[in-house]
Amino acid sequence: MNLDEGRVLIRHDRAQTDALVASVLDAMTRHGYPDASRFAVRLALEEALSNAFRHGHRGLPHDTPATVEFRVSDADVTLSIEDRGPGFRADAVPDPTLDENLELPSGRGLMLIRAYMASVHYNDKGNRVTMIYRKPAAKPAPPRSR
Amino acid sequence: MPSDSSRLRIKRSGDATQVEFIDRNILDEANIQLIGDEIASIIDDRPKPKLLVSFANVDHLSSAALGMLISVNNKVRAAGGQLRLADIDPQIFEVFVITKLNKLFEIHETSADAMKSFK
Repeated sequence: MNLDEGRVLIRHDRAQTDALVASVLDAMTRHGYPDASRFAVRLALEEALSNAFRHGHRGLPHDTPATVEFRVSDADVTLSIEDRGPGFRADAVPDPTLDENLELPSGRGLMLIRAYMASVHYNDKGNRVTMIYRKPAAKPAPPRSR
Repeated sequence: MPSDSSRLRIKRSGDATQVEFIDRNILDEANIQLIGDEIASIIDDRPKPKLLVSFANVDHLSSAALGMLISVNNKVRAAGGQLRLADIDPQIFEVFVITKLNKLFEIHETSADAMKSFK
C-alpha cells in the first residue's frame, strides 16, 4: 500500500512543530489531498499539540517531549499525540458553544478537532489522542461540452 | 506606536483604528500573547475605541487566537467601544461558524464595509 508514516518526539518549540506539520502536509500533498483537507489536518494537529503542551504537560519541565505518530494513505490520515502528563477526561470539558460559555476565552481546541476529524479517540488514561481524517470523495468531472 | 517587534500593521482612519496581522499563521502562543498585549494597548489608548481587525493576510489561526480575540472583544465592550472583524478567508470563517463565534463578533466581508458600520 502507498503509505507515508513516521514517529517523532517533539518538544514545545515552534520550529519543531512547523517541521512536523510540514512533513504531514507534504505527505498529504503526495497522496492527493485538497487544500481544505490540509487546512483541517493542520488545525487538528496544532490544537492537539497545544493541548498536550499547555494542559498535559502543565507542571512538567518545559522540554518534556510528546510523541507524535502519523500515517498518511490515499484514503485517510491518522494522527496520534501522546503527552507525558496525568491525562484528562475529554467529556469534562464544557461546551464552548453554549451561550453562557461563548465569551470564555478558552476550551475551543477540542471542539475544533472533533469538528474536522472523522474520528477522535482518547486512551483510558486520557493522555493520548488518536484522530482520523478521511479524504473526501473527489468531485465528479464536469460534463464535456459538445 | 508599534515597535520593531510588532506583529501588527496599524492604521488610523478618523477615530477608528485598523489592525492587520503581519503573520500569515496566528498559531504560536507566545506571538498570540504579544498580539493580544499590543491590541490591548491600542484599546487603552482611546476612550470608546473603534477597532477593526482585518484578517486579510491570515491563512491559519488556532483556538488560542480565538481566545485572544474574545479577550479583545470583552475589553472593547468594557471600554464602551466597538469591534469589527473583516477580510476573513472562507476556511477561517468556517472556524468562526463551528465555534459559533460568528454570533459573538460583528464580522464584515471587507474592511471598507466594516469601517462604514462604526456608529
